[in-house]
Amino acid sequence: MKNAFSCAASVARHFTTYAVTSLAIAASVTSVSAQDRDKISIGYAISKSGPNAGGADMTVTPNYELWIKEVNQAGGLKLPDGSRLPIEAIAYDDRSSAEEVVRAVERLATQDKVDFILPPWGTGFNLAVAPLMAKFGYPHLAGAAVTDKAPDFVKRWDTSFWFMGGSADYVSAFTKILVAERDAGRINNKIAMVSVADGFGIDLVKAARPSFKAAGFEIAYDKTFPPQTSDFATIVSEASNSQADTFVAFTYPPHTFALTKQSKIASFNPPVQYLGVGAGFPVYPGIAGSSVDGVMSLGGIDPNNELNTAYREKHTEIVGRAPDYWGSVLIYASLQMLGQAIERVGLDKAAVAKELSTGTFATVLGDETRLEDNQLRAINWVGQWQNGQFVAVSPAGGSGTAAVKLPKPDWE
Amino acid sequence: MKTSYAFILAGGVLALLATAPVFISDYWTGVLLGMTGYVTLATAWALFSGPTRYVSLATVAFFGVGAYTVAVLNDIMPYPLVLLCAAGIGITMALVVGLSTLRLAGVYFVIFTFGLAELVRQTVSWWEVNVTYTMGRYVFLPFEGRHIYWQLLALAAVTFLISWSIGRSRIGLALKALGDDETVAAHSGVDVTRIKLLLFVISSTIITLVGAIQAPRWTYIEPSIVFNPTVSFMTLIMALLGGAMRLWGPLVGAIPLFLLFEWLSGTFPDHFSIILGLMFILIVFVMPNGVLAKFDSLRKGSKL
Repeated sequence: MKNAFSCAASVARHFTTYAVTSLAIAASVTSVSAQDRDKISIGYAISKSGPNAGGADMTVTPNYELWIKEVNQAGGLKLPDGSRLPIEAIAYDDRSSAEEVVRAVERLATQDKVDFILPPWGTGFNLAVAPLMAKFGYPHLAGAAVTDKAPDFVKRWDTSFWFMGGSADYVSAFTKILVAERDAGRINNKIAMVSVADGFGIDLVKAARPSFKAAGFEIAYDKTFPPQTSDFATIVSEASNSQADTFVAFTYPPHTFALTKQSKIASFNPPVQYLGVGAGFPVYPGIAGSSVDGVMSLGGIDPNNELNTAYREKHTEIVGRAPDYWGSVLIYASLQMLGQAIERVGLDKAAVAKELSTGTFATVLGDETRLEDNQLRAINWVGQWQNGQFVAVSPAGGSGTAAVKLPKPDWE
Repeated sequence: MKTSYAFILAGGVLALLATAPVFISDYWTGVLLGMTGYVTLATAWALFSGPTRYVSLATVAFFGVGAYTVAVLNDIMPYPLVLLCAAGIGITMALVVGLSTLRLAGVYFVIFTFGLAELVRQTVSWWEVNVTYTMGRYVFLPFEGRHIYWQLLALAAVTFLISWSIGRSRIGLALKALGDDETVAAHSGVDVTRIKLLLFVISSTIITLVGAIQAPRWTYIEPSIVFNPTVSFMTLIMALLGGAMRLWGPLVGAIPLFLLFEWLSGTFPDHFSIILGLMFILIVFVMPNGVLAKFDSLRKGSKL
């Protein structure tokens, strides 16, 4: 009651002090709430244990911690009236269980009553919490979720935002590069393709088959292997026998690393090598034990983008290791957008969602980051290792991308 | 007379629980939902594993199949029919598994059931990868937490009713004999295999239905999400804590354990696994026969 009175009194004061337009009313109400509180609470449930912990710890959690730490070091999140409030973070472990992540978000929304909720890791878990985020009115910045259905989800949950594109996007950008190489006569018409029989592999391979065929390629070798596979000698030799100039592997980190090692042992070195998750990790050259120049994968960065370079340095300094070259920067950019949206419109969740949807933001991706139909589309779809850096080489997508360098040089 | 009072009391509690979501927040509805799910799972598990002493780790195999059935069928037929299909698939699978394995005993059965969960998961994955080319399915049913909770509550009530009536029937008597000594029971004319099979089918069907009812809560379903082995272990430890041989045993185990897990994950999110492991060790060493048996022995001890 007391709060309500002081709110009302305060609003009245604002009314009398300024000649206000309707816009300024919103601003003054927000500033009242800023005076009443001493912090902004932001909660998230993330897989700290269980099978998803590895992925979450690579791409998502470090960026949450980095961003919160940076914001708090600067005095907190800025509000429309110029004041700053520190972030109080509430982090739960969903233990890689769908039921846990759903309940954790219910807990954050109705028990902890946090101001904002950051999303969990993975396509499945983002979808699991999406109906709740929409129900409770929280903007849902789905970062680590690759899905072709984002345009549908945006209609279903209009406060959801999708930052990582869909399988079809990644595959079609890669296909464009292949077509250019083939038309230039540098590679033949055959593709050898392997994929892991798990979410990511299936999703990508399902998009890749029609995309390659439509571009007139022959898929000379198409093999799906179980996630537990650790010996790739047969797969590499069969792929090698297929006479394909292009080797594509939609794989998770353990397979990506093992495939790389096996390819080196077998001197399997087709002109185009495209590997899955893990090839964009900073540790990849170290694991391969040699130069990995020429290897392609999803993601990639623009080495001339100073904002990105600064971000990578800061991440290395505070987290203790470099971010990966694909998802990390997208997650971090989504957090910057959230911060700037709050700075512009305050803590009202619906207003923040609207600002995220329509506003233009200065992020590590560039000064003019904006969402199209609630989706980030300016993503670097294809990357390639060039001179020890994983560089974005897609013709479409991100700005200032480098030209792809093919054929891939020999493994050293 | 005593029984009818108990029924009135149980009915009252059930009515109270059913109206609870109107008064409490979504979070607590979620807690009640999860708790009811595990009470049902543990009670259904104990229905078979309690009297027969066959420790089954196949809970998640049936649970996952139920959830997957809903994921596959939810957009081509009405929901009640989907649940019927799930039950049908559960029954069929339990019959096949039961007929082929219930002659196994002891540790072999434990190992087999653990393998079964993995087998089912891999089969579903293989099918999705090689036949349907879909990994991950969507369940868009207009259910909120409380709707799922009400369904689970109804299923829990039915499960208790089944468990209670079995305990008072000829089958229950045969089961007691079977649990004490299978060979003696067989010699006394008890059709051991048929009774075990019957119980396994009932128990598995209920477990399948729990999975089916909970599926809409996750929107997106893939094998790694619904065939999570933790479900099997949690069910087992809850039933054992309360005492798998008694009607109310699994309930007495499931409720405090579930609340404890919930409190731990809210309060000590980073130490959950360690505390959980210590709890398990404690349960096994201090009350191997369950809380209710412990109370009984303490009471008898004080009388003496």
